[in-house]
Amino acid sequence: MGEVIVVTSGKGGVGKTTTTANIGTGLAVMGNKVVLVDTDIGLRNLDVVMGLENRIVYDIVDVVTGNCRLKQALIKDKRFEDLFLLPAAQTKDKTAVSEEQMRELTQQLKEEFDYVIIDCPAGIEQGFKNAIAGAQRAIVVTTPEVAAVRDADRIIGLLEAALLAEPKLIVNRLRPSMVKKGDMMDIDDMIEILAIELLGVVPEDEAIVISTNKGEPAVLDKQSKAGEAYRNISKRITGEHVPLMNLEADGFFRRLRRLFGA
Amino acid sequence: MFEFIQRALGLKKDDPTASKNTAKERLRLVLVQDRASMSPATLEALKEDLIRVISEYMEIDQTGLEVSLSSEDESVALVCNIPILKLKRNAKEQETAS
Ligand SMILES: Nc1ncnc2c1ncn2[C@@H]1O[C@H](COP(=O)(O)OP(=O)(O)O)[C@@H](O)[C@H]1O
Ligand SMILES: [Mg+2]
Repeated sequence: MGEVIVVTSGKGGVGKTTTTANIGTGLAVMGNKVVLVDTDIGLRNLDVVMGLENRIVYDIVDVVTGNCRLKQALIKDKRFEDLFLLPAAQTKDKTAVSEEQMRELTQQLKEEFDYVIIDCPAGIEQGFKNAIAGAQRAIVVTTPEVAAVRDADRIIGLLEAALLAEPKLIVNRLRPSMVKKGDMMDIDDMIEILAIELLGVVPEDEAIVISTNKGEPAVLDKQSKAGEAYRNISKRITGEHVPLMNLEADGFFRRLRRLFGA
Repeated sequence: MFEFIQRALGLKKDDPTASKNTAKERLRLVLVQDRASMSPATLEALKEDLIRVISEYMEIDQTGLEVSLSSEDESVALVCNIPILKLKRNAKEQETAS
């Protein structure tokens, strides 16, 4: 029996969809059977990030309303045999699916898959409630900004109220050089304020934009720092202990060398 | 120049005027406010529990009872205004004695 993990944040645009695509692909690379579920009904995104937008026939609403069988709606990834996407509907709204239907759907999916990763819409309304309904674990994504961390705090409270205890935090788009200058909150600040366990830190990385342009998750890019961060996070999800990577591209010696013009 | 070298070598310590400290402080304050807000349903449940417990000791005016959260700077307080109608002599002592 697999595990259902919801990726959520409260605030929009902090990296939920990017994270879902990357950890899903990361887990598939490790040999797991994985399905990604896009619950952002009306604002379908995950298909594009995964590069699967041209293959959609049926969507999540078709499945829960019995318009098609679950198997018919699952889209197989281009690169990995055991990676699938269940796309969101684009022309309906969040009320097209109920919490009860989500519980049934995830129950069915986890009988087939090792990991069911749910991409949650922004906000705390019905879409959020649907996304967390069948989940056993939660990942909260934030960026190092006051508004995003504030929303993360609210989400953590709601997750705990829904008995999804001990959510884990991913800090996305960290800029080590700004942290160094004192112009960005650091990891310790956020962990302390939110009182939550850290799952990983993903740096700001152009490779994310490029990979999204191509529809190939950055986790597959060996050169990308963000990709490396997502590979580490995927390992941690399976229970492996992986130390936090050194995000400082700008080490002491390199800075010293630059200072003396070498 | 000296500061530049310090900075370049990464020796410069936290500057209290750095914007990260402003961010941290603002975040702390806004979370004190956020966390202090309770849903009306939770507040109502708390009110009912309070009435039940306090009624073991004294007779209170349930309609005049006010419960609210108040936050000042960095602390939050639960503020209750509970009009007492009559104290119950030895209401609870009997239980604890037996
Ligand atoms: N680590 C990162 N570095 C650079 N850009 C990023 C990073 N993470 C996310 N982005 C970009 O931020 C935007 C929002 O990300 P997305 O995953 O769609 O957020 P959400 O699903 O939370 O709304 C996208 O354009 C994405 O490419
Ligand atoms: Mg999204």
